[in-house]
Amino acid sequence: MDPVIVRVVSLKKSYGPVRALDGISFEVGRGRIFGLLGPNGAGKTTAVRILTTLTRPDDGTAEIAGADVLANPAKVRSLIGYVPQELTVDPYLTAAEHLRYYADLYHLAGAAWETRTRELLALLGLAGQEGRRVRHFSGGMKKKLDLACGFLHRPPLMVLDEPSLGLDVQVRHDVWRYIEQLRDQGTTVFLCTNYMDEAERLCDEVAIIDRGRIAALGTPAALRSNLKRDVISVEVSASHDHHAEKLAALERAVAGLDLVRETMKDGTQLKIYVEQNELALPQILSSAAALSVPIHAISYSRPGLDEVFLHYTGHSFAEGNEHHG
Amino acid sequence: MGDFLRETKAQLVRWLIHTRREPFSMAFNLLNPVILLIFMGGAFQSLAKDFTGGDYRAYLLPGVLALTAFGNSMAGGIPLLFDKENGFLLRLMSAPISRASILLARFLAVNLNTLLQCALILILGLLFGIQIATGLTGAVALLFISLLLGFGVTIVSLILAFVLENHGDFFAILGITALPLTFLSSAFVPLESLPGWMRLLAQVNPMTYAVDGMRTLALVGWNGSVLAHMAIVLVIFDVAMFWVGNRVLRRHMA
Repeated sequence: MDPVIVRVVSLKKSYGPVRALDGISFEVGRGRIFGLLGPNGAGKTTAVRILTTLTRPDDGTAEIAGADVLANPAKVRSLIGYVPQELTVDPYLTAAEHLRYYADLYHLAGAAWETRTRELLALLGLAGQEGRRVRHFSGGMKKKLDLACGFLHRPPLMVLDEPSLGLDVQVRHDVWRYIEQLRDQGTTVFLCTNYMDEAERLCDEVAIIDRGRIAALGTPAALRSNLKRDVISVEVSASHDHHAEKLAALERAVAGLDLVRETMKDGTQLKIYVEQNELALPQILSSAAALSVPIHAISYSRPGLDEVFLHYTGHSFAEGNEHHG
Repeated sequence: MGDFLRETKAQLVRWLIHTRREPFSMAFNLLNPVILLIFMGGAFQSLAKDFTGGDYRAYLLPGVLALTAFGNSMAGGIPLLFDKENGFLLRLMSAPISRASILLARFLAVNLNTLLQCALILILGLLFGIQIATGLTGAVALLFISLLLGFGVTIVSLILAFVLENHGDFFAILGITALPLTFLSSAFVPLESLPGWMRLLAQVNPMTYAVDGMRTLALVGWNGSVLAHMAIVLVIFDVAMFWVGNRVLRRHMA
């Protein structure tokens, strides 16, 4: 079988004068979690609508496990489980009635839906709640039920639009664990997110989308390492008599190192931007030791995806939200 | 075919669960027709003697049934519009189901509701002593005619649900159509008593034909020519709405 589950080639879609998608291309391999990361209005929802056969692209192709969304929408629909951004549960129905409803729509055999209902409700911590009307559910429980309904027919591809939007921390983690479990069982997950930490924590691969174009594509680690910008902060003890001179001497010494790209002094702190943190750190430490710098604390941080976004798009993530929100 | 029936049944069950778990909504829907029939019928009894020649409530019953069928059918698309607004419909449309099952399930649910409401009104009317000239068979025929009117109106409502962007517009349309269409018909007074321009409009209103047919059954008897006239007009109306709906909804649900 083709290991590529989602294949998108130069997809374009305009709404009047607005170019929602301006020729995006990507592939998602079987059993991977792929995240489309971008601010509101970047084109994420349009991409989801095309993959779920709800919107026709103007140009380009999109295939799910070899089935074209335009030529074979019925096949595509049977291969996906789509959970929209909004809560799409019905307050009048009980949890069990929801699952029964989707079992019928996806033509599941009677025995299969009962086992799967039990499994899914247990997996999402909803066991024992099946007889309650959803009207009385919390927001988190509704989202979990929504996700359970999407996976009832065990589709090879789950399409999740902003799966953790508006959820509290505990529920977010439950949802993330659930998505990881789906992946570990071999399901491919395509998700859209507005949250850096979600993309970072969850996704095997991330496409940064901005103004209808893909600005960067790769694993979160690869995207970060392309920046070559780890930061090492050295803080000297202010109580030491000559701490200012010592810090100045350290700055001069490390500025000469090959791996150091930039330094910045800020009070008792020295920020050193380096290419490879793991090689640079020992060199900086030995310089400090040679100069007997009175080190109070030392820390390093890797750039987050927000810096990655800034790097590839030339503007900050929040700015993108303002522009298109 | 098996899949289609299963999809339709699942969606119909969902709508019937709504009806069952929302009994107050049904009660409120029944309130207006019952007030019209019992109170207005009683209040205007003597005034209306000139054209009814008897019980104004029996004269009013067909109008009230038509009004109920019309109102219930016209509002029938609203839950689909809510589904559209909150994403539920997107999810349905991404499932491997026939688009027609979405429409058929809602259509059946709306008309089952209409049948139930009209039957309750009829039973209440009989309990209050309203006499129907054609008896029990005639009463069943009244229900059937109410549905025949409701079918076409339901399709109009389903079209609106898909064409309109939000439920505010829908409620506005409901508000401005229900009352005028009722008065621009023979629901409460005979056609001949309406001023010329109103009579003209009433003559293109399918509700007029449904009411005329039902009134014959309620007051006179089995008058073949009136009933045939009514049946032809209502069937043409239903078929025409089906044709329009088929064209418009195919485009909107593609």
